[in-house]
Amino acid sequence: MIELIIQYPVLAALLAMVGLSLVFGAVLGFAAVKFKVEGDPIVEQIDSLLPQTQCGQCGHPGCKPYAEGIANGEAINKCPPGGQTTINAIADLLDVEAPTLDEEHGEEKDLPTVAYIREDECIGCTKCIQACPMDAILGAAKQMHTVIIDECTGCDLCVEPCPVDCIDMLPLESTLGEWKWSLPPRSETLALNIIASDRKAHSEASA
Amino acid sequence: MAFMQMTSPHAHRPGNTGHVMKLVILATLPGLITLSYFFGPGTLINVFTAGIMAMACEALVLKLRQRPVMFYINDYSALVTGVLLGLALPPYTPWWVIAVGCVSAIVLAKQLYGGMGYNPFNPAMVGYVILLISFPVEMTQWAMPRTLLAEGQALTGPIDGLAKMWFATPLDAYTGATPLDVFKQNNSQLVQHLYDTQAVFSTGRWAGAGWEWANIGFLMGGCFLLYKKVFTWHAPVSMLISLSLMAAMFNDGGSSNSGGSPLFHLLSGATMLGAFFIVTDPVSSATSNKGRMIYGAAIGILIYLIRTWGNYPDAVAFAVLLLNFAAPFIDYYTLPRTYGHNKARRGTEKEAE
Amino acid sequence: MRKVWDIHGGVHPPENKQQSMQQALASLPLAPELVLPLNQHIGKPAIAIVAEGDTVLKGQLIAKADGPISANIHAPTSGTVSGIEDRTLPHPSGGSGPCIVISSDGKDTWAELDACENYQTLDHNTLLEKIRSAGIAGMGGAGFPAAIKLNPRGNLKIDTLILNGTECEPYITADDTLMQTRAQEVVAGAQILAQLLGNPKSILIGIEDNKPEAIRSISKALSEVENNPIEVVSFPTKYPSGGEKQLIQILTGREVPAGKLPADVGVVCQNVGSTVAAYRAVRFGEPLISRITTVVGEALEIQRNIEVPIGTPIGYILEQHGFTAANVSRLIMGGPMMGFALNTADVPVIKTTNCILAPSRAEMPAPPPAQACIRCGMCAEACPASLLPQQLFWYSMAEDLDKLEAHNIADCIECGACSYVCPSNIPLVQFYRASKGAMKQHAIDKEKSDRSRARFEFRQQRIEKAEVEKEAKRAARKVAAEAAKAKLAAKQASEGDSPKTDDTADVVAAAIAKAKTQDISPEVQLAKLERALSSASSRLDRTLARAEEAEGEKKDAILARVKDAELKVSDAKNKLAEFQARENG
Repeated sequence: MIELIIQYPVLAALLAMVGLSLVFGAVLGFAAVKFKVEGDPIVEQIDSLLPQTQCGQCGHPGCKPYAEGIANGEAINKCPPGGQTTINAIADLLDVEAPTLDEEHGEEKDLPTVAYIREDECIGCTKCIQACPMDAILGAAKQMHTVIIDECTGCDLCVEPCPVDCIDMLPLESTLGEWKWSLPPRSETLALNIIASDRKAHSEASA
Repeated sequence: MAFMQMTSPHAHRPGNTGHVMKLVILATLPGLITLSYFFGPGTLINVFTAGIMAMACEALVLKLRQRPVMFYINDYSALVTGVLLGLALPPYTPWWVIAVGCVSAIVLAKQLYGGMGYNPFNPAMVGYVILLISFPVEMTQWAMPRTLLAEGQALTGPIDGLAKMWFATPLDAYTGATPLDVFKQNNSQLVQHLYDTQAVFSTGRWAGAGWEWANIGFLMGGCFLLYKKVFTWHAPVSMLISLSLMAAMFNDGGSSNSGGSPLFHLLSGATMLGAFFIVTDPVSSATSNKGRMIYGAAIGILIYLIRTWGNYPDAVAFAVLLLNFAAPFIDYYTLPRTYGHNKARRGTEKEAE
Repeated sequence: MRKVWDIHGGVHPPENKQQSMQQALASLPLAPELVLPLNQHIGKPAIAIVAEGDTVLKGQLIAKADGPISANIHAPTSGTVSGIEDRTLPHPSGGSGPCIVISSDGKDTWAELDACENYQTLDHNTLLEKIRSAGIAGMGGAGFPAAIKLNPRGNLKIDTLILNGTECEPYITADDTLMQTRAQEVVAGAQILAQLLGNPKSILIGIEDNKPEAIRSISKALSEVENNPIEVVSFPTKYPSGGEKQLIQILTGREVPAGKLPADVGVVCQNVGSTVAAYRAVRFGEPLISRITTVVGEALEIQRNIEVPIGTPIGYILEQHGFTAANVSRLIMGGPMMGFALNTADVPVIKTTNCILAPSRAEMPAPPPAQACIRCGMCAEACPASLLPQQLFWYSMAEDLDKLEAHNIADCIECGACSYVCPSNIPLVQFYRASKGAMKQHAIDKEKSDRSRARFEFRQQRIEKAEVEKEAKRAARKVAAEAAKAKLAAKQASEGDSPKTDDTADVVAAAIAKAKTQDISPEVQLAKLERALSSASSRLDRTLARAEEAEGEKKDAILARVKDAELKVSDAKNKLAEFQARENG
């Protein structure tokens, strides 16, 4: 055996390479069958990060289609209701650099808003009911409609169809129970900045 | 009427980080004094030089980074780095060697990583290792202890020492082999024979003249810090125990293959300085007590391995830096068990329902 | 001597308990206006049952509990309701909320109370109802409605009742005073609570060893009880041994599992103040309308404990104690470790207010700027929950919620021991509170988005289903029409049969079928074909004209179109000829 290898080094090397590739190919093939991943979990994972307002501001009819779009390489910064938090989360999941929100699709709101119907002006046309992706508007033809605030995602889709313009998007009122502490301020003297802030300090200085 | 707003707690224990650092510097004194007694004032001068240079480096970089210089200088962390580096260097190290060490320690190992609290490696040890690799000749010239001096010979005085440091004036009969060097180079003699024939051992008691007392000095300083609760016992004690265990295992009954007795290893080289002043550096070590025990034990084992079978006579700096790499890994597996939980979690594990 | 366990960590801040114990328990002249927030407890706000202008008597119910996790509120004095309006609340946010404001009439007339002398004979539900209706909410500071704790879920066996007289926070001496002055009531209250819980095996009153007077007076009161089952346990002073979980660990060695309640390990824990309130509620029918509060701090001339009606404005109390606003560093409700800073003194004392702390600037200076975290681990040594506060701090800064969860931030009790020892003066607790808030918000958002997804998907399904149903109906109609047509054809074939159609659907179907089978009139068809022919030939003429004008490549394209037009013309001609042949033939 050893003599053979010494006599024909090139042949031996070739054989070794072929043998190795066969073995590894078999292992990989076996692993691919054995540990096959069912379905397309990445779409599910992205979908679970999207805010589920189904508002369509991204250009897709709902959040799931946008998740599929992202999985197929679409930009991840088209979701104004989710804002930067959602973009960061998706960037984290996909291990890419987090871009800023694409303003073309809308602006991130400071406060979450929900729809309110000015009930005395409502004519009962049911157009908003049909537009609502959440079934969050209650009412019947020629009857006054009202929004179930807890189910409203603030997607704006009911505002446009209303023929008498009686729907307002108002910020959700926050109660004391929802109040929470904010992080301590990070000033220069607090010494809590990590090195990334050096860049900022530098650009400010040069500006 | 509006009152000041802040979150609880409103009470705070007196003291700050600068306070802790000053205690550490104070605790190096016994070791510093014994070193200076046995080897001349060289170490003292090293410590002063390195301390001032380290502070200067720190101030310079803070200025460049546009940070409040005095705010950070007042935490004395740069001074501690400088002092520890000065203690580790051979007496009367040339000034440019110290300067390179301080720049490496403060600029490379500390400020470039984000400054105080953000350095993954122990700055003093990074400085030391860079010097050890770059200037092996300067870094291995240890002075002879006073007990080994010939009749009528005196310890190098500060004047001659400073001349060597600043103008590279050579010194006569100045250097000697350290106990660890002697052991390293031995390959044919019994340990007992070494102890009888080598002056560095015969004039000493347990582990080589001068060295054993310097180590005892650092041990005292370490106990003071333990008493002051500056750090917990876990890392240093486990390091000393693992080092002793390794030494006991490979002592070989004092044959020519022996790596030396546990006592020899505990009281030679930088063991005690490392155990109480380097291994306990909280920034670059593991965070939990369990983690610190593993961290310390691994350092002890590595020190023995490198001392006995490696290329360098001493190994504290290498061992500490290697374990600095491993610290986040150790942290991941050594979270403490929280109140109300059956067992400890791992770093990113979600609670099993 | 009973065995006591030790808790992990803990700190020993200066106790500062002497200054408020120099004077005896006092009371203040009644404030002219009392403000009663509807939410003084954990849970849902109570619902006001009085209106502006109503006259109320002391102890009268003015707001009813809304559901089980809520508490009644009673008028602390007699007078008129001068308004139900939003006032600033004693809350760290400094926000405001609905309050009932009572203008006192100065008479302090009691409403009729339902006293009960032989309460030992009352059954469980009656006792519990008396405590529930008195509106007692955890008076140690947390404000959890007491009646819920005293009625654990059915299958849980309670073997230990703990009365919390620890009061481990510096400065506060309200419970200490209470135990010294009302030891008998504490003991009687303990007996009532024990009766409610089915006489647990051990009944312990836990008191830190820095309150020897309280231990003595409680022991004395106990010695007067026959067959006394209650035991006073004193243990070394250490903050935060008064935390419920910590006290349970000290006295029983048990740990309350994460996310569970003390009752799950067989323990019920009540503050001594709540115990006395429960006794007074059962024995005298008195609701919770006043409490003992420590008023302390170097910015005050008088430092002492006072028995104060709930709703008394803090500004009024400070005024009565010689408050110098210029000297105060901050105003704290609660102790120095866990209390929160008020930004105005214009808030009332509520059921949970155990201390009003007005320290001078020298006593509690403003915190120095935070230095960098060096991971020294002193916080981990001090943490009573065995957390790694230094790691939590780094992950809070990075807002890494997953890592925070893995490091058990939910088990942080916000005691402040970590911040207290931090040599870098980092406001650690604020980081944890903010992170916990972010995690809570995240969970709420997640739940909402999951629900939205479910609703959206349900809607999609519903619309799809409706579509399918419509389609099915359409198909069914088509089938019916076809069947009708076949029937009609069959009928026409056998003309002799009577054309009886009793089914209206059949009639309609037959009509449709008839319409379909009927030919379009020949004139119309002829006209249509002629129109087609004329338009095709005019098109051919136009293209031919253009083909003559055009040149080069364009000409080829137009010639192709000419050919096309020619084809169409001949096609139309053919069709017309065919039609005419058929008509004539």
